[in-house]
Amino acid sequence: MTATADLGWWGVLIAVAGGAVRVSTPYLFVSLGETLTEKSGRVNLGLEGTLVMGAMSGYGVAYLTGSPWLGVLVAGGAGALFGLVHGLVCSLSRVNDVAVGIALFLLGTGLAFHLGKPFIEPTAPRLPHLALGTWSEYPQIRSALEINGLFIVGAVLAPLLRWGLRSTRWGLVLRTVGDNADAARALGYSVERVRTAATMAGGFLAGVGGSFLSLYYPGTWNEGLSSGQGLMAVALVIFARWNPVACFWVSLLFGAATALGPALQSIGITANYYLYSAAPYALTLGLLIWSSSPRQALVGAPSELSISR
Amino acid sequence: MRAGAETAALTAAALLVTLLLFGGFVALHGVDPLAVYATLFVGAFGTRFSLEDTLTQAAPLMLTALCTAVPARAGLLVIGGEGALVVGGVATVLVGVALAGAPPALAVGAMCAAGAVAGGLWIAAAGALRHVRGVNETIATLLLNYTAIAVMHHLVTGPIRDFEQVLKPASWAVGERFMIGDIPGTSIHWGLAFGIAACLVTYALMRRTTFGFGVDILGGNVRAAQMVGLPIGTMILATCFVGGAAAGLAGAIEVVAVHGFASASLVVGYGYAGILVAFLARQNPLAVVLVAVLVGGISASGGLLQRRFGLPDAATVVLQGILFVAVLASHTLHGRFRVFPARAG
Repeated sequence: MTATADLGWWGVLIAVAGGAVRVSTPYLFVSLGETLTEKSGRVNLGLEGTLVMGAMSGYGVAYLTGSPWLGVLVAGGAGALFGLVHGLVCSLSRVNDVAVGIALFLLGTGLAFHLGKPFIEPTAPRLPHLALGTWSEYPQIRSALEINGLFIVGAVLAPLLRWGLRSTRWGLVLRTVGDNADAARALGYSVERVRTAATMAGGFLAGVGGSFLSLYYPGTWNEGLSSGQGLMAVALVIFARWNPVACFWVSLLFGAATALGPALQSIGITANYYLYSAAPYALTLGLLIWSSSPRQALVGAPSELSISR
Repeated sequence: MRAGAETAALTAAALLVTLLLFGGFVALHGVDPLAVYATLFVGAFGTRFSLEDTLTQAAPLMLTALCTAVPARAGLLVIGGEGALVVGGVATVLVGVALAGAPPALAVGAMCAAGAVAGGLWIAAAGALRHVRGVNETIATLLLNYTAIAVMHHLVTGPIRDFEQVLKPASWAVGERFMIGDIPGTSIHWGLAFGIAACLVTYALMRRTTFGFGVDILGGNVRAAQMVGLPIGTMILATCFVGGAAAGLAGAIEVVAVHGFASASLVVGYGYAGILVAFLARQNPLAVVLVAVLVGGISASGGLLQRRFGLPDAATVVLQGILFVAVLASHTLHGRFRVFPARAG
């Protein structure tokens, strides 16, 4: 802690920047997944439940098999399963996708707490990270430059998804389904099937994002692990205008907001800690107010989307 | 009447499917499903003690369910019951402490009113954002939940902390004089009476007044509401305020009838279970009373399930989650059966 005092406010800045990279990964994966789902014209508000489910199943599998990467994969699989349920239930006529999302939010957290009870005690192996800061004598800089593998995967995935949505055949099909279901039907595509597939893919990514929480940072499994990251990521997609690369930058911003409280705490400013913990929610709400408009649909918004109508 | 019968039949079918799925789920744990069903029933309604517990659990659910059900009639999907409850509870404590010397009847009235108004304004803010800026009210109210909980934690760990409460951070207590206690002869607190009264009042408001009729038009078709010149903004604000006030009142009752102070024990998921109640009741305030008792029963039997079969306490949340999905899926079947002709009921 003495070195922190040496760095002073620079220490806070470094901790916030390092925290942004560390904390942003779940936001990034969930928002990329939600972008895919929403581009197909459906909203999955249940990704918070998927995130917690991914965290629990990833941790459990990593503990039982000793392989954290297998845990990540299983977390993705659990997420895809939740996506499948969401997709199938929403394929029924007159079923509200936002409400189904809330139901799966409840079911996902309940199931994760239920099945995850035996995993609260044991310690699972953590995901490895790249130490890019070994040149520095300051522990803060070294810890800020510990970059996790999943963050790099997400950073590569974001431009890849943008390219995929813009320039590939499946991207075009997905966007057609999301912008004009009738046109997609006329082309012979099954709207429900495309949407279910997109929700499954979104669930997979959200599940992977959840495994980051339990397998890297904070790196344990307990019932208070997620505090609405999955939900904030859904709001984040609106602000990022359904653009995967923008999702990446906004996730970093959210990571920084989340890291603010702990960073101040590390230099001894512990007063108002809980108030700083409200920062990400206030930021989300502020950005949502700023980017919404009462008169026109948002730029980039899929026209079939219920929440943007 | 026919539409009511159809809703009841479909909800019962969804409940049956839920019990089958949950039975399969507990069977995977090596627990006999039939024994679980029996325990669920005994734990919810089987004895005088469990029935009283069920009704106590149902009281806040009636109020938080209104937070979703009332704005839903205007076409909004509000899920901010949890946050409005917390805000209401904190406001109740603040007013209670400020009125420390006042006569109890007056002070408790003012405290409950403060809780209701605080919760109402909290949700009305989301309604205003919706109307003025087009901010999605579902996401906004969910964010307001987390904000309310963070602000409450801030207040009870600092500015209004009672340092004599050593086990966990809690606010100043409102004092024994301002606690309203149980309905005489039972162990059910007065919240149940407030809950039922609130449901009856909102039912009358939504179904028996011109205002309620106008809100139904707005919820059914915004264009139609604009054409006939309904005050859309006022209606959105009013329904959000009424819904938020109900949830805020739930928070006030948690303070004056249960805890006596604000703390993390206000955040036990009444808000989220209330959303389930509202959807099960198809946003009808009268049906909310019955459904709240049902869902309260599920929560109340959790302890017995845990003791008898070693199932984690989250088992009841799993059951509620399955029920929620099943009920939403059952909406697709409305109007599909010839026994229930499609006629306005």
